Amino acid sequence: MRRRRGLAVLLGPPMLWLVVAYLGALAVIFATAFWTTDPFTNLVVRTFTVENFRELLSGTYLGIIGRTLLIAVLVTVLCVLVAVPFAFFMARVAPRRFRGLLLAGVLVPLWASYLVKAYAWRTMVQPGGVVDGTFGATPGYGLAAVVLTLTYLWLPYMVLPVYAAFERLPESHLEASADLGGRAGTTFRRIVVPSLLPAIAAGSVFTFSLSLGDYIAVQIVGGKLQVLGTAVLQNITLDLPFAAALGTASVVIMVLYLLAVRRTGALDNL
Amino acid sequence: MAADQAPGVPAIRLSRLRKEFAGSPPVVAVDDVDLDVRAGEFFSMLGPSGSGKTTVLRMIAGFEEPTAGAIELAGADVTTRQPYDRDVNTVFQDYALFPHMSVAENVEYGLLVKKVGRAERRSRVAEALEQVRLGDHGSRRPSQLSGGQRQRVALARALVNRPTVLLLDEPLGALDLKLREQMQVELKGIQRDVGITFLFVTHDQEEALTLSDRIAVFNAGRIEQVGTAREVYESPASAFVAGFVGTSNLLTGETARAVMGREGSVAIRPEKLAVVPAEEARAAEGQLSAAGSLEEVVYGGPVTRYVVALDAGGRLTALEQNTGARADGAALRRGDRVALRWRSEHVIDVPGAPTPELQGQGTSPQQFPTT
Repeated sequence: MRRRRGLAVLLGPPMLWLVVAYLGALAVIFATAFWTTDPFTNLVVRTFTVENFRELLSGTYLGIIGRTLLIAVLVTVLCVLVAVPFAFFMARVAPRRFRGLLLAGVLVPLWASYLVKAYAWRTMVQPGGVVDGTFGATPGYGLAAVVLTLTYLWLPYMVLPVYAAFERLPESHLEASADLGGRAGTTFRRIVVPSLLPAIAAGSVFTFSLSLGDYIAVQIVGGKLQVLGTAVLQNITLDLPFAAALGTASVVIMVLYLLAVRRTGALDNL
Repeated sequence: MAADQAPGVPAIRLSRLRKEFAGSPPVVAVDDVDLDVRAGEFFSMLGPSGSGKTTVLRMIAGFEEPTAGAIELAGADVTTRQPYDRDVNTVFQDYALFPHMSVAENVEYGLLVKKVGRAERRSRVAEALEQVRLGDHGSRRPSQLSGGQRQRVALARALVNRPTVLLLDEPLGALDLKLREQMQVELKGIQRDVGITFLFVTHDQEEALTLSDRIAVFNAGRIEQVGTAREVYESPASAFVAGFVGTSNLLTGETARAVMGREGSVAIRPEKLAVVPAEEARAAEGQLSAAGSLEEVVYGGPVTRYVVALDAGGRLTALEQNTGARADGAALRRGDRVALRWRSEHVIDVPGAPTPELQGQGTSPQQFPTT
């Protein structure tokens, strides 16, 4: 009895926090998404309607959702393409005494201000900026700049789990594959990649969801680009229920993404 | 396969094989080793950890590059070939089963990457799993198996490729005693059935004696002796072999002279010593004896171990079968005056002056052969 009370005292506050601050807030967003606003006063009218979702599925907003998804997918793919060789180098090639240094090199940018990094990219991709000067051309502000900036910002979230997966992969598994006749390519495809999948899945949950919700970098380097995040921002003061519907859309996308990732079996060994 | 080889060509030939690891000074792990392993043989490399036996195995598999020397497999020089280009397969100490594949997929892997046809793959995988008595476990994951079962999967995964030589790196080390003894019997049976040359690395002298057709005893990167189990045990070529294989009971220097009446170090196996009452100390024709007092009596089930401090100095361990011949009333106790008696043909002359450490190693309880 006493143990049970102790457990309740221990778990009560965090459970309360979880239920009120997370699930409660989420529930309020869902509920709000089915309300509407008075077109004259801009006040929230608490009557049930699916009008917000109908508008969401109209051409304009479907385009925005599609564009946001495209950015999230591109950022995630680029992060994987950069993180896997880099993490491989860190965990398997670099001398052991440099690993800490390399790890710090990946982590330190995380501690720098998000805004500073986003503005750094803004100056780099601007006409006549570093990118222009080095490569003779620049994508300028827009989708490409957003993808580049977000890939840079979220890369550590992909490198760290993949690095850990490389560290965990026993040398003997690679030796066993070679021993059984597998060349480097075969070993990478059949042994290394499958053992990295859970880590890539974990990293992609970060890169995908962070890209899905971002609106600051988009405003700084995206030019006039509209994504889910900026659409929420524009509606949040004038049409809160519609902003809530947009928020609901990204939650639904994320849930679908997680279900898809789970279907691949990548989360089984997480 | 073993049957394809020309007669007389060794399955493995190592010529002045050497491996140094970087360091200052460089660490010599394998020191110019020469070795021939015959086709179809169950051959063990026995030695303490750090003696170079595993490094030799890894060089044969192709995981380590020799600093110097050559490796031949069935007559062909493979020294510079990659692991996937060598007709050997390895059973790893940690099994190294691929966790994301089922048992059958693990076994199939070697055939798959060598592009063996689907139908043949199926039948060979089934056959290999049957051979290790895991026929109905093909769809399981390695994580759902016990240690002994994983060990058998690792064996099947290697054997299914029908290599010239199977390399086994302390494969039974992670198993408990009962299972280890059972696996030893199975391993020997499988080797007899498939006829493939087994090269087996172990630090367990009893395991090596039980399983092997021949044994190479390693010490400090060199081979001290190559021979059958009987040769290595009954006539060790050096003090190290006498000490490492079995409990050696070395008599050296002054003690040897006093007991044997001649110069030179000797060893006597504990099971060859009889513990008799002190008054029967006088030896008969063809026998030797030494008086002393009982320092320790350790009852070990089928055997009892007696440690006797000799009056001439030094210590000898005697093993006695608990056949019931020694009645309870006649049980010996610590401090009792006794004599040890042995037949003179059981005296092993040990070449080379043994160092005190080796003597210590020989009589340490860890090397006690019947435990």
